[in-house]
Amino acid sequence: MTKFAKMNSPISKRFVKVESRMLNQALFTVYRHPGQGAIIFCRLDRFRLYTFALSNMKTQPELEKIASQIRRDIIRQTWSAKSGHPGGSLGCADMMTSLFFNHLRFTLPFKMEGKDEDVFVLSNGHISPLFYSVLARSGFFPVNELATFRMINSRLQGHPATHEHLPGVRVATGSLGQGLSVALGMALAKRFSGDEHLVYCLTGDGELQEGQNWEAIMAAAHYKADRLIAIVDWNGQQIDGPNDKIISLGDLEAKWLSFGWKVLHANGNSMKEIDETLTLAGAMTGKGMPIVILMKTIMGFGVDFMMGTNKWHGVAPNDEQARLALEQLAETLGDYQI
Amino acid sequence: MSSWDQYQSTQKIATRNGFGDGLLEAARKNPKVVALCADLAGSLKMDLLEKEFPERFFQIGVAEANMMGMASGMATCGLIPYTGTFANFSTGRVYDQIRQSIAYSGKNVKICASHAGLTLGEDGATHQILEDIGLMKMLPGMCVINPADYAQTKAAAMAIADYQGPVYLRFGRPDWPVFTSSLPFEIGKAIKLKEGSDVSVFATGHMLWQALEAVRLLEKEGINAELINIHTIKPLDTEAILQSVCKTGCAVSCEEHQRNGGLGDSIAQTLALMHPVPLEYVAVNDQFGQSGKPLELLDKYGLSVNDVVDAMKKVIIRK
Repeated sequence: MTKFAKMNSPISKRFVKVESRMLNQALFTVYRHPGQGAIIFCRLDRFRLYTFALSNMKTQPELEKIASQIRRDIIRQTWSAKSGHPGGSLGCADMMTSLFFNHLRFTLPFKMEGKDEDVFVLSNGHISPLFYSVLARSGFFPVNELATFRMINSRLQGHPATHEHLPGVRVATGSLGQGLSVALGMALAKRFSGDEHLVYCLTGDGELQEGQNWEAIMAAAHYKADRLIAIVDWNGQQIDGPNDKIISLGDLEAKWLSFGWKVLHANGNSMKEIDETLTLAGAMTGKGMPIVILMKTIMGFGVDFMMGTNKWHGVAPNDEQARLALEQLAETLGDYQI
Repeated sequence: MSSWDQYQSTQKIATRNGFGDGLLEAARKNPKVVALCADLAGSLKMDLLEKEFPERFFQIGVAEANMMGMASGMATCGLIPYTGTFANFSTGRVYDQIRQSIAYSGKNVKICASHAGLTLGEDGATHQILEDIGLMKMLPGMCVINPADYAQTKAAAMAIADYQGPVYLRFGRPDWPVFTSSLPFEIGKAIKLKEGSDVSVFATGHMLWQALEAVRLLEKEGINAELINIHTIKPLDTEAILQSVCKTGCAVSCEEHQRNGGLGDSIAQTLALMHPVPLEYVAVNDQFGQSGKPLELLDKYGLSVNDVVDAMKKVIIRK
């Protein structure tokens, strides 16, 4: 489990500077403590230094290893269930790995109220194979339970649900456009209770065609929900085709900015970039504005024949396709048994 | 004068005032109670809570879908959110949000709905929802309460804070006789206002007063009706219903709602499964409402005192 502390302390001389550069208009510096793994510092302006010390923070190669296994889990779940949504799941695998293994401060066993911990809402519930794999691989429930995905009497419903009490799921999602409202409610409830932990919400891009999102986006800015971090999986694809062909999202950055959010950009399929952007987003919380990461991803990322097309949005691989996909994804943590 | 004549009305107050007062009391008692409102704080009398506990009042604006989602999130984190808007915008407009984010997710959200039924009056059919009881009672795990007057609405608004799980609390706009102050309120427990042997009259919401007047009128004609208030439509007090009809052998249901899917249908289901007896509905029969004064509308759509009287006479003949 990741232990994550946020401090505003001066940098100890024992840290070794690895690199320093601009990311999303912020000076971003990575230091390493000899013997303690990676430590990231982030300077947002010339006066304030935000220090993120992760006692067992995963390095990029470590995260990539986990993500590879999670992608295998996605392929194997959808193949085994002969249904499900591999495309978006594969595309978001890097971000979700980084979020759950390096950023989200949570405790186990799972507690619904999420007091004094960060909470996560998956609004685009159809990428449940990814959500389930990340939850299982980070200890919420046994990994072998992934074999029950979409099966009768399983806790792993086609779309995430609380009804079967699957640890890690706080609200049912799948009917699109509802998660951000729920996340905003959580953020305001946390503030009401004096809990400064963060609320993360992942939404799809096609999902932003649902008007409820814009109600929530407007209200979050109004309420200065500054511990709410929305992440948009901007792969440009939805079931019927590219966003631009279905209903164009237009200038997404301008839209969020004009609604009063801070906007960050990231390549969601660069582990390095998404990991650093999540750190940066965390550092920007508590400043009166909600934060959104517009995360460019490639649907199906990691499996060559599934990449960059809407074809694999909601289609499961057959035996041969699953075999071909798994050949491209190294088994790094051990497959669960089917 | 028989003992049940204690149910007299000395004043008229709207049920929505009962909600506002009950919500404030609930908030005073339980620090986890918070209120969300979609630009109708004055109409629902939620401004009382807003004034006393401004940090516990969340104005959401004209965005009911977002309000339901936010309430779900607040309930997840341990608060007891009461959402407030008109019944139409509390149910039909946001049915999927309630279904997925609240009911299916088992969230402890109190969906509080004013201006239900025909009696909101002049605003007309766009606002007069007559399908909300049916919509909400169909959701697994949803508790549905339609109190009869100011006193019962206040009691219900307080009681739902202690009830674990999603609740739909339905009340209305017009000033209405207050007559249940002496009656205890318990969620899911029907209240017998009058013992009788000839016909069982089951009434909910504003229609309890209409039924009471009808029972009084028929008592003068020698018909001894049993009057039962079903304030909680779900979970339904089937025991009280069956005990009554076993004695009287026939029933009338009274509600300010469509015949399809309302209290009457819940009673019909109970009777069909357990003890079939004749049943007459006093309800709107597959129609939209229109503008008008509350009592004019009840008259026009078959929900007047005389309509209850006619239904009682008719069902007794069918025995």
